Amino acid sequence: MARELLKGNVAIAEAAIRAGLEAYFGYPITPQTELLEWFSERMPVLGRTFLQAESELAAINMVYGAACTGARVMTSSSSPGVSLMMEGLSYIAGTEVPMVLVDVMRGGPGLGNIAPSQGDYNQIVHGGGHGDFRPIVLAPANIQEAIDLTVKAFDLAEKYRTIVVVLIDGSLGQMMEPAELPEMQPVKRRNPEWAVSGAIGRERRFLSSIYLNVDDEELTNLRLLERWSEIEANEIRFQEYFMDGAEYIVVGFGTAGRIALSAVRAARAEGIPVGLLRPITLSPFPDEKIGQLAGQAKAMLVVEMNTGQMLEDVLRVAAGKLPVEFYGRLGGVVPFPDEVLSEIRRLAHEPLSTNGHPRHSWLKRLELVRS
Amino acid sequence: MVLNTPFEKIYQRPEAFTEVATHYCPGCTHGVSHRLVAEVLDEMNLIEKTIGVASVGCSVFAYNYFDCDFVEAAHGRAPAMATGIKRVLPDRVVFTYQGDGDMASIGMAEIVHAAARGENITVIFINNANYGMTGGQMAPTTLPGQKTTSSPYGRDVEQTGFPIRAAELLATLDGAGYVVRRSLHDPKNIRLAKKAIRLAFETQVRGLGFSMVELLSTCPTNWGMKPIDALDWLEEHMIPVFPLEDFKVSPILKDLRF
Repeated sequence: MARELLKGNVAIAEAAIRAGLEAYFGYPITPQTELLEWFSERMPVLGRTFLQAESELAAINMVYGAACTGARVMTSSSSPGVSLMMEGLSYIAGTEVPMVLVDVMRGGPGLGNIAPSQGDYNQIVHGGGHGDFRPIVLAPANIQEAIDLTVKAFDLAEKYRTIVVVLIDGSLGQMMEPAELPEMQPVKRRNPEWAVSGAIGRERRFLSSIYLNVDDEELTNLRLLERWSEIEANEIRFQEYFMDGAEYIVVGFGTAGRIALSAVRAARAEGIPVGLLRPITLSPFPDEKIGQLAGQAKAMLVVEMNTGQMLEDVLRVAAGKLPVEFYGRLGGVVPFPDEVLSEIRRLAHEPLSTNGHPRHSWLKRLELVRS
Repeated sequence: MVLNTPFEKIYQRPEAFTEVATHYCPGCTHGVSHRLVAEVLDEMNLIEKTIGVASVGCSVFAYNYFDCDFVEAAHGRAPAMATGIKRVLPDRVVFTYQGDGDMASIGMAEIVHAAARGENITVIFINNANYGMTGGQMAPTTLPGQKTTSSPYGRDVEQTGFPIRAAELLATLDGAGYVVRRSLHDPKNIRLAKKAIRLAFETQVRGLGFSMVELLSTCPTNWGMKPIDALDWLEEHMIPVFPLEDFKVSPILKDLRF
């Protein structure tokens, strides 16, 4: 396949189609709508299912139904729409059926705006509906990676009977970049041994998230946790940049990681020994890698497009072994590489301390940036 | 004296039932409606092709009683879940079984849009004028003045509005192929209900769009009545508010005879 200029949302949709997506259910919301529109054009001509639901609530429950048949199925939305899907996500997790969700994050809380943001980190990584479960969360930083991870997402979802979220922000959804799409795969009806499809020549099957007997529910929670341990052991992904001799480490995911990379490159040109760690799986989180870096480096800087949601995970892992600083822009504001570069310079040239929460000192510096 | 006359078996447990005793309260008509659905699945030889969607309410355990594949939906979302199943398995028969709180309150958007799309599913809708499972609270179908645990002074229409006539409402939608209301308060009406359920499944099998049978039902436990009094109360008070009529019948169905 040749490289072509592709818009993020369209690239993800087409990648899902080529991964053998059988059914898509969704609802329009900016900055995600191109996904829905692309599916509406492509799926019917391929003889596959596309349906625009009456709400995100309905869309996720349609996905739930289709997932119960063993079909390869997905939905997509943006932050407020994903909030509406939380109910269904919890049921899907409790029923242990596979599905893929693409969340194209926008500024919030509330109606917020349609600008790029990473404010859903907690909603997706630490939230995801009521009860005790964890989705796999993949955070690409460019369109090629978004394509590759979308294809991977289906395989992971089906391998572990779990929810996989592809988490991007509005800028990745809307930007165009050259990228290569995979070969077209046909729809493969998998007929897994748990799926409901009509009890033709076999015992009837029943799928639900209901376990009224508390021992059964405890066993279900344990089963989910065991599967999660397997995921933690096998599926952690991250990318390292400029790590040779790095004394300072920047940590950022998705678009923030990409912007940080420009800043790290510029800082290296100035002779600052700084590297970048970009987590690709936000869940499971690369604890071990970050813990290891925290044991070696002099200081860390976490860059996000939120108030420091992933920061809390980095702090947990770093466990006071080194000063951790934070820099973020909020509400749809995207940081410039120069802002991150200034932070890297400060990290390298100014005294740092492990006292106090990095969010507090960042807020004081942000006042200066904004004024 | 030994009786040698051979007996013809004229009444038996439907094949579509599992060998499980239901959890329903004495006198509740859920058992009757379950049986009617099971008889229709038997008669149409559909049990292997059918996927049921249970809802949240007293019928939350419906999946235990039917010998076909089943899923259990979130509260109110059964029509959406059924849509997801039917769209990827269009040659299967998909039905939901929902109560009035589930379908006419929390799930109103899902049912209206499933009907509007002409979603080829069948909905069995149990209207017993209250929330049964949670202990008898006011439902969207509760009658004006009716006392429930959350309308202890009687439903005040000034404050809480009026009962929703779901069948009439859904019948206005072009996607609906068959929408009727029946009652389970006496043998004659039970027979009519069975025929309606048959026609609803025929609607689906023939691809004629959305089908729904609303069944007026009793809830003696939460109504605080003896089962027979509850049947009388249904006839006397519910039918005037919820008339037993055909609200939408696809012309093809009118010629069917069984």
